[in-house]
Amino acid sequence: MLEIKNLAVSYGAISALHGISLSVQAGNIVTLIGSNGAGKTTTLKTISGLLKPKSGEIFYDGKNIAGLPPHEIVARGLSHVPEGRMIFSNLTVLENLHMGAYLVRDKKIVRRELEFVFATFPRLKEREQQIAGTLSGGEQQMLAIGRALMSQPKFLMLDEPSLGLAPLLVKTIFEKIVEINRERSLTILLVEQNANRALEISHFGYVLETGKITLSGDSASLRQNPQVKSAYLGG
Amino acid sequence: MTEFFQQLINGLAFGSILALIAIGYTMVYGILRFINFAHGDVFMLGAFAGFYLAPKIATVFPLPSIAGAIAVLIVSMLICAALGVAIERLAYRPLRKRPKLTVLITAIGVSLFIEYAGQFFFGAAPKKFPDILPVLPITKIGGLSLNSNQLIVLAVTLILLVALRFIVMKTKIGTAMRAVSFNPEAAALMGVNTDVVISFTFALGSALAAAAGILWAVNYPSIDPLMGILPGLKAFVAAVLGGIGNLPGAALGGLIIGVTETLVSGYISSTYRDAIAFAVLILILLVRPSGLLGKKEIEKV
Repeated sequence: MLEIKNLAVSYGAISALHGISLSVQAGNIVTLIGSNGAGKTTTLKTISGLLKPKSGEIFYDGKNIAGLPPHEIVARGLSHVPEGRMIFSNLTVLENLHMGAYLVRDKKIVRRELEFVFATFPRLKEREQQIAGTLSGGEQQMLAIGRALMSQPKFLMLDEPSLGLAPLLVKTIFEKIVEINRERSLTILLVEQNANRALEISHFGYVLETGKITLSGDSASLRQNPQVKSAYLGG
Repeated sequence: MTEFFQQLINGLAFGSILALIAIGYTMVYGILRFINFAHGDVFMLGAFAGFYLAPKIATVFPLPSIAGAIAVLIVSMLICAALGVAIERLAYRPLRKRPKLTVLITAIGVSLFIEYAGQFFFGAAPKKFPDILPVLPITKIGGLSLNSNQLIVLAVTLILLVALRFIVMKTKIGTAMRAVSFNPEAAALMGVNTDVVISFTFALGSALAAAAGILWAVNYPSIDPLMGILPGLKAFVAAVLGGIGNLPGAALGGLIIGVTETLVSGYISSTYRDAIAFAVLILILLVRPSGLLGKKEIEKV
């Protein structure tokens, strides 16, 4: 479904990704793990069009989308839940969700998606009219994911959904990710520092180190890999 | 007491015009975080659009008439909306990724360009704005003499502010404007074409400035290409006073400046009239640095 070839990205003179290649099969959860500054967020931002690649290609459904503006990429069915959630704190919960459906013209579809999001995250329904900035961290993460789902994506990118959340909430969020993947047959690219959990729920994984992919494999085998174990799974 | 109310009404009419201009400053600031110093000149262009349109519109609706005045107002607003979009497109968009200071200086350049292009095309000598509104007899309510033009300024401003509030709070593009002003990157990830939202913001702000230009010209019918400088500056002060980036703040700021200025020139001295806006600004910013309704920008991580 998604195929990245030799993608290189730099911030001015500083190179962040040195030609990475990876692929994501339709219906899978694929995770990208690595330490801080490895280039995980850069990868997602480049796929969603927030950053322009220096070189390389990003094929989505066979078409090169590298360098397109973000709004055209969303229109093709890729949705990105950015790091730090980036919800619109000045809008209500409902307005945030409607922003997610910005490109959906059919009001019936918007209503149906809204129901799905509220069914998945009942908490958001309770807070519908509240200003989003007043939500707790966990609720904001739910809102960010819900908002991304409103665009009816076929491909969802999640950047550190567990960041800053209490362990119990982390568990809920990961369960929801699996649920969304199964129920909507939504393909997911998950970036996580919490490698343990990410490898638990994903089908395939890539390890990113200072802008290069150093390891890849199905998640079960990566969890057994001694290198991964010592570097990311705490021994 | 009657005189006080008389001055208050004069002040509110003047303040409404400032409020309409101030909203354009604050909307553009809210989205692009820079001050469009050419905005006062769009106000001037609105008045001139009305000046040149009036004879043409008079062939359809005889002027002065209410219908004709509305036609002049709407067509001027549309023309200035297009001009505002063009200014952003040609002058500011190419500098989108440049430091804000570059854009700010460009804005001053655009302002000077419009003022002197205006002198070139319209002539530097003041022109008499045609009578587009029928002059209604002055109504007297208990000693107060109400000029119909002032009442029209208040009514038109109120209608435009209600319409603006509806657009910003209830429509899809308005929600997108608020989203872009909060976080343009996140809005882009929702599928919002930020360029379209920015153009729309300029169109909206410029249309309101044009309306202000027409209302101004109806009340003070002498117009010239430099007429936008001082009202533009005062409206900018009004926007900062109300809390830059905040729409109700801009409206409130405009009214406060308008009323204070009129009262001071009525009761104290009209010599200091133009300094009042700045004195009020300094006083309020000493107490509330982010303006009356402005919020401190807090980033939640």
